[in-house]
Amino acid sequence: MSVFLQSLDLEITRRALFACLLIGFANGYVSAFVVLRKSALKIGTISHGLLPGIAVAVALFGLFSWSVLAGALFAAIFIGLGSLFVARTSRIDHDTALAVLYTSGFGGGLILISRLGIRQKLDEWLFGGLMGMSDSDLWLAFGISAAAILLLTALQRPILILLFEPNVAASLGIPVRLLNYLLFGIVILVLVSSLQAVGCILSVGLLVAPAATIYMFSDSAPVLFWGGGLLGSLGSCAALILSYQLNWPAGATITLLLGTVFLLAFILSPRYGLFRINPASK
Amino acid sequence: MTTATTPDNPPHGHPDHVCWGGGAANHTQHRLDVRGLTVSYREVRALEGVDFSTECGRCVALIGPNGAGKSTLLKSLVGILTPEAGTILWRGAALTSSHRELAYLPQRGEVDWQFPITVRGLVEMGRYPNLGWWRSFQKHDREIVDRALAAMQLEDLADRQISALSGGQQQRTFLARALAQEAHVLLLDEPFTGLDQPAEEALRRLLRDLAAEGRLIIASHHDLETVPLIFDEVLLLRRRTIGFGTVQDAFTPEAIAATYGTPALAQP
Repeated sequence: MSVFLQSLDLEITRRALFACLLIGFANGYVSAFVVLRKSALKIGTISHGLLPGIAVAVALFGLFSWSVLAGALFAAIFIGLGSLFVARTSRIDHDTALAVLYTSGFGGGLILISRLGIRQKLDEWLFGGLMGMSDSDLWLAFGISAAAILLLTALQRPILILLFEPNVAASLGIPVRLLNYLLFGIVILVLVSSLQAVGCILSVGLLVAPAATIYMFSDSAPVLFWGGGLLGSLGSCAALILSYQLNWPAGATITLLLGTVFLLAFILSPRYGLFRINPASK
Repeated sequence: MTTATTPDNPPHGHPDHVCWGGGAANHTQHRLDVRGLTVSYREVRALEGVDFSTECGRCVALIGPNGAGKSTLLKSLVGILTPEAGTILWRGAALTSSHRELAYLPQRGEVDWQFPITVRGLVEMGRYPNLGWWRSFQKHDREIVDRALAAMQLEDLADRQISALSGGQQQRTFLARALAQEAHVLLLDEPFTGLDQPAEEALRRLLRDLAAEGRLIIASHHDLETVPLIFDEVLLLRRRTIGFGTVQDAFTPEAIAATYGTPALAQP
């Protein structure tokens, strides 16, 4: 703790801590949606696909936080919708299309980045760069987090029906397609905001593990959302402190710590864990 | 067992009776008219020119062999599937436009039982169509939820997660949600599948009570023996309408044989 407390004097540390609080909460909150939607792997794939978008945007517009954001957003939409288009118009299934699209895009992104001569930024985009948070990065994270939490909370009822009974939702007057696009957009925005903290390879960990952990204990969807947010922010902050003490990379420490907490929950949860007292399902 | 009937509402059939969700007396106008309903999955035609007409207060069985289109018909009524041709009118307007009046119980296998929701949470969902997306629960809504739970004898199970229930309790939870919604038309996909004897008898009585209070109940059903015990009317289905009418008139050995194709299966 002492190393961390000393470094709290530094602006850079305070920014990192604040970023962890914000990004951790938003990602943890939205992780409930990802877990209940059972779409963790798809989101993970799309998060890898952010890299080529960033590379292209930086090549075109230069290295700014808005160009990084716009590029990542464009790549996510391109890969997400492109893979859907391939799946719908051919015999290839969605997962196959996603895999081909993102690996080829990732390859292209790596080549472009090495040609651009910004290799030192590559590590940050891949594994996170909490120490390099600028004012605009923080504002961006704040804006995205606030919008995501506000929207998901306001639309809680239709989202709950959409998750629980996707087939019936449309018959209840819910604009399913519109809502799906909106939710996809929110997940992508939150993913992009977490890029700064954990990078595009690890980001899906932050966007899944918190709610997955709470799911081992709770039977309430609101608890999954808010509890996921709380665990995401506390876990990220604790991991940041730990990374200072042990001199570990921060992004990796965040996903490792959240993963360890999940593993403990999986083993120890009295109701749904490995050694549960009464099996919950019949 | 009376469910959500208010004391000042006379029984169904009485001229002053106010029906569920309809908010209107004169129940004879609460008719469901299905005309020429045709539904296809890509190139495969699942239903062809299905006709029938019924009204609230009735319990209608959908009978037919596997693949006859029972689930397809229910899903078209709810609006999950879009018909290729034909009309579905409820009280003179498209049934799907009155989704508040409509409750659907999916087949057991189509429900995600691990979803983090309790019995009470699921029944509360029944209030969403009335409350919209944002309006908060009032005392009135909580009372309706409590009454629905009581009517289905679920008070003691209200805080259970839905996978920790027996099959009969799970069906009653979905019925309680339909009650909380104050649904007028209940569409049930194989509600009796997987229930033990006592649970089946309880559900049978519940459906009779719900119909007696003025709801229209349409359920796909595979146990021919119990049809006369539960239902007033029967729709014999095999892609087309083989027969429709009261159980007495339409549920004859000949019609059953025509529906199933083999006389051996047709002994009710």
